[in-house]
Amino acid sequence: MATDLHQARWKKGAWYAGLGALALLVLFPVYMTIVRALSQPRAYVQAGQPPWPVHPEWDVFTRAFTDGDLGRKFLVSAVVTVCIVGGQLITATLAAYAFTFLQFPFRRLLFFVFMATLMLPIEVTLIPNVQTIRSLGWLNSYPGLITPFLATAFGTFLLRQGFRGIPRDLLDASQLDGFGHLAFLRRVAIPVTRPVVASFGVIAFLTAWNQYTWPRAVVTEGRWETIQIGLRTVATQTIDRNNVGFAAALLAALPILLLLIFLQRQLVRGLTTGAVKG
Amino acid sequence: MSEVAFDGVTKRFGDVTAVDQLTLSIRDGEFMVLLGPSGCGKTTALRMVAGLETVTEGTLRIGDRVVNDVEAKDRDVAMVFQSYALYPHVTVAKNIESPLVARRFDTGDGSPRKLTSAERAERVTEAAAALGLTDLLGRKPAALSGGQRQRVALARAMVARPAAFLMDEPLSNLDAKLRAQTRIELVELHERLATTFVYVTHDQVEAMTMADRIAVLSDGRLQQVGPPQAVYDRPHNLFVARFIGSPPMNTVPGTVVRSEGATSVRLGGQSIEVEGLAAEPLADGTEVIIGVRPEDLVVDAAGQVEAEVRAVEWLGHERLVVCDLAGHQITIRQAAGDDPVATGDVLPLTADPAKVHLFDPDTTERLN
Repeated sequence: MATDLHQARWKKGAWYAGLGALALLVLFPVYMTIVRALSQPRAYVQAGQPPWPVHPEWDVFTRAFTDGDLGRKFLVSAVVTVCIVGGQLITATLAAYAFTFLQFPFRRLLFFVFMATLMLPIEVTLIPNVQTIRSLGWLNSYPGLITPFLATAFGTFLLRQGFRGIPRDLLDASQLDGFGHLAFLRRVAIPVTRPVVASFGVIAFLTAWNQYTWPRAVVTEGRWETIQIGLRTVATQTIDRNNVGFAAALLAALPILLLLIFLQRQLVRGLTTGAVKG
Repeated sequence: MSEVAFDGVTKRFGDVTAVDQLTLSIRDGEFMVLLGPSGCGKTTALRMVAGLETVTEGTLRIGDRVVNDVEAKDRDVAMVFQSYALYPHVTVAKNIESPLVARRFDTGDGSPRKLTSAERAERVTEAAAALGLTDLLGRKPAALSGGQRQRVALARAMVARPAAFLMDEPLSNLDAKLRAQTRIELVELHERLATTFVYVTHDQVEAMTMADRIAVLSDGRLQQVGPPQAVYDRPHNLFVARFIGSPPMNTVPGTVVRSEGATSVRLGGQSIEVEGLAAEPLADGTEVIIGVRPEDLVVDAAGQVEAEVRAVEWLGHERLVVCDLAGHQITIRQAAGDDPVATGDVLPLTADPAKVHLFDPDTTERLN
């Protein structure tokens, strides 16, 4: 017994040590970004690029905000992200519901075709999509930034996995209670699968906020730049001011960081749905 | 009026016929049990009444209304599911209330309307009290035992005061003790509500103990309808004879022998007299299947047939004696106090002619 306990403690210790090392590995670049953002650039290079701040300049964040016109870029990113997340939640929920609870011809085939789009990287569809957006006159506009992402195969798949866990009897009971499909979706299906829906929301937010390739392709005017595109402008300024670039990068990552801190539980729970049987 | 009437109702799923030309009339206030093995179409029949399956052919009536094309919510029926189908994310109170939220009810002032929240609360309280759930109203289904969940499902069915209750194997998820108790409670509930109950089960004990009438189904076809005792005493065909009763009725093939006015059935090398059993005299050489229930076989020195004991099963209050009769296995049910028997004994057996059943081996229909 005693040796068993001892062994278990050792094992646990080893796990924590391993995970700790991994965490350090992941966090190190973030830490270095903070160091570089705070350090006065010339002094930092002269000091031999140490892993701690040199001549910290605390006003670098406000400078980054004003110099890079980050306010406008944050706004564009926020509008685009909120619209994409909202749109994806609506379309993915409805599609997943249809693929789970409704009977219609070629249901399985359609689902597989839909899922197959997951296999296409954005680079494959980029050029035709940009041409479409251009022909619609949507370059440098919210519709151009948002519309291509209003449907999602991944989200549909994830939510369908969640909905499949709902017993069919609940739908029958709800019909007898006088509720139609939309009411069942709203009153039962979504509340019951809330962790999955929430985690999908988080994932959709991360993806939308961090988009780079698509905004690069459909934005040519500075005022339509999202925060991620804006970073490029800030970061390519002179060496003398490269700390501003690092500060801007940190600011751009802030919403994501907050989201992860507050919703990490949802994220993990949602991603393991269907993988592990309760 | 809440009769439920099937008139030539058929349900097909693609090439599979789940319910085949079912004609059955369930009277107002009756406790009707649809009994049969799994896959016999009983649940499909129930779901058609609920409006959860469409009718392929035939007419289905509830009261004086043809409901083939009436939506589930407008049929004025309530269903208790095998899984209970409680909404897991809301409280017991919300679960019980759910049939009252969207539907319109005729409250006596002419036109049907939605209930106010006060009216709904009153009905929930009333239904919860009737089933002893008052203290559980704030809990969620996950925090309830199987029996409590079952009662919540019943309360949810009651609350809308439906014209008919539909129950799909509602006891099958309960343990044996609770099941026996719930059977009694369901019968009491039926008497109190005086409403039509349509109850689906594969368990003949539930059928025998609760039903006013039983409808036995097999392969989507109605085999027999009648009060439990009548179905037990006079099964219309071999399927019903073998399905109802535990252990099942002994059935042994034989041949009719007529000689000098007397009629008997030859079973292997032995023969048993069945004089006057059939409505019409059976011709010499007719193949029949003779059926006798285990409790109707009596050990008697004057017995006409002999069977060799293979095994004796003691059940405390009674024993089951498994014997070999002309190469066929039969079972005799005896009281625990009867003369002891042992494996290898040869028992002379007799049976009251009134309790001997004859079936046609081809049509499986009853002959006497």
